[in-house]
Amino acid sequence: MNYNFDFAGLMPYWKMFLQGTVLTLELTLASTVFGLTIGILCAIGRRSSLRPVSAACGVYVEAVRNTPFLVQIFIFYFGLSSVGMQMPAAVAAVITMVINVGAYSSEIIRAGMDAIPPGQIEAAECLGLSRPRIYWHVIMLPALEKVYPAITSQFILMMLMSSVTSQISTEELTAVANNVQSITFLSLESYIVVAILYLILAVILRFLFLLGEVWLFRRKRVIALARRRLAAGNVPSIPTNTNAVRT
Amino acid sequence: MDSFTFVQFEYMLKGVGWTLILSAISFVLGSVGGFGVMLARVSQIAAVRFVTSFFIQVIQGIPLLVLLFIVYFGVGIFGLSVPPLVAASIALMIYVSAFLGEIWRGSVQSVEKTQWEASECLGFTRWQSLRLVIIPQAIKLSLPSTVGFLVQVIKSTSLASVVGFVELTRAGQIINNSLFQPFLVFALVGVLYFFLCYPLSMWSRAMERRLNVGNR
Repeated sequence: MNYNFDFAGLMPYWKMFLQGTVLTLELTLASTVFGLTIGILCAIGRRSSLRPVSAACGVYVEAVRNTPFLVQIFIFYFGLSSVGMQMPAAVAAVITMVINVGAYSSEIIRAGMDAIPPGQIEAAECLGLSRPRIYWHVIMLPALEKVYPAITSQFILMMLMSSVTSQISTEELTAVANNVQSITFLSLESYIVVAILYLILAVILRFLFLLGEVWLFRRKRVIALARRRLAAGNVPSIPTNTNAVRT
Repeated sequence: MDSFTFVQFEYMLKGVGWTLILSAISFVLGSVGGFGVMLARVSQIAAVRFVTSFFIQVIQGIPLLVLLFIVYFGVGIFGLSVPPLVAASIALMIYVSAFLGEIWRGSVQSVEKTQWEASECLGFTRWQSLRLVIIPQAIKLSLPSTVGFLVQVIKSTSLASVVGFVELTRAGQIINNSLFQPFLVFALVGVLYFFLCYPLSMWSRAMERRLNVGNR
């Protein structure tokens, strides 16, 4: 093997790589925000007692989860444009990513909601909480807290999946590598650089999500603090049932 | 312009065959690799554990598509030009072994510690207790997620189309290039993938319910 890596040859194109990174992050951010919204709505819909609503949500989730992202993106970009709904590649990419991540996160959130003990909900009903407040405080927040690690790793997977949108010429990171390698013929180097950039993004996102967990779930912090105090013997006692602790 | 006929459908079914072949190859090779990754992850030597976990972090941190390109162009620098099937198999094998290794490590570690201690008391070596006591129990636990990941593998093989391997997605693209009916063609491709994946998803979920893994 006599191959000389020439990473210096890629230096003049750093701006393109930067732009690609920015677009990848934008795609990820958009699909996270809208995907989470759809995921929550769909999880609620799937638990609905109205048969048509839960069935429709079920069909959506299963259809998305059992077909490849690449095919979904072809259907949305090439397929819809052939029936008269033309849109720019980036828009098609965002829509497909939102639909995709929505289905996956709805399944995760539903699992979290199903894991809420019925006794909690009955207790909240006994305390006279209204339906929306029960849904928000007793079901949704603890469920989200429980599935937060799973759902954030789904978002990171989505960031990596956004590379597939290069196939419809969205100018994100992988597409930049495609372009640069066709100009410079430094194909292996381009893809290695891009792989490292993805790796850095994944690490940064994982760290940000970790910070987010501390910031978002105050209840968890309060409980952890109380536990630590209890272990040190500073306070007489706290209820062992974690959900009973008020935030 | 031609219309969609049985000829095209037959071509697509041939693509389904290649998708299944590629999935089988990458799943089998990936299982072998994944088993090694799992062993390394539960190793008693810290350095081995560290290196493997670094490998897993790296593979799980880069997109499969980019990994595929790196392998495809990477084997080229050895002066070999490999068929797309080989490049795709290598890339998928690396990818699958990282993920399956993690899944299996999880199930090996969720077997209760007392099982290790008991087999140690019976005078088993570490390898013997892993092989005779721990793994048989871990397999039962890992089966739902392994089958679930198999669905992921089948879907991932669609990316092999970008290096020119004619599996189902590529077959769809080729048909579409001659027919210009993307909505029909890709919807059909999606339906075919659904028929491949949905039974496996259902099977995985049924096993999960039977084992009730979530509440262990």
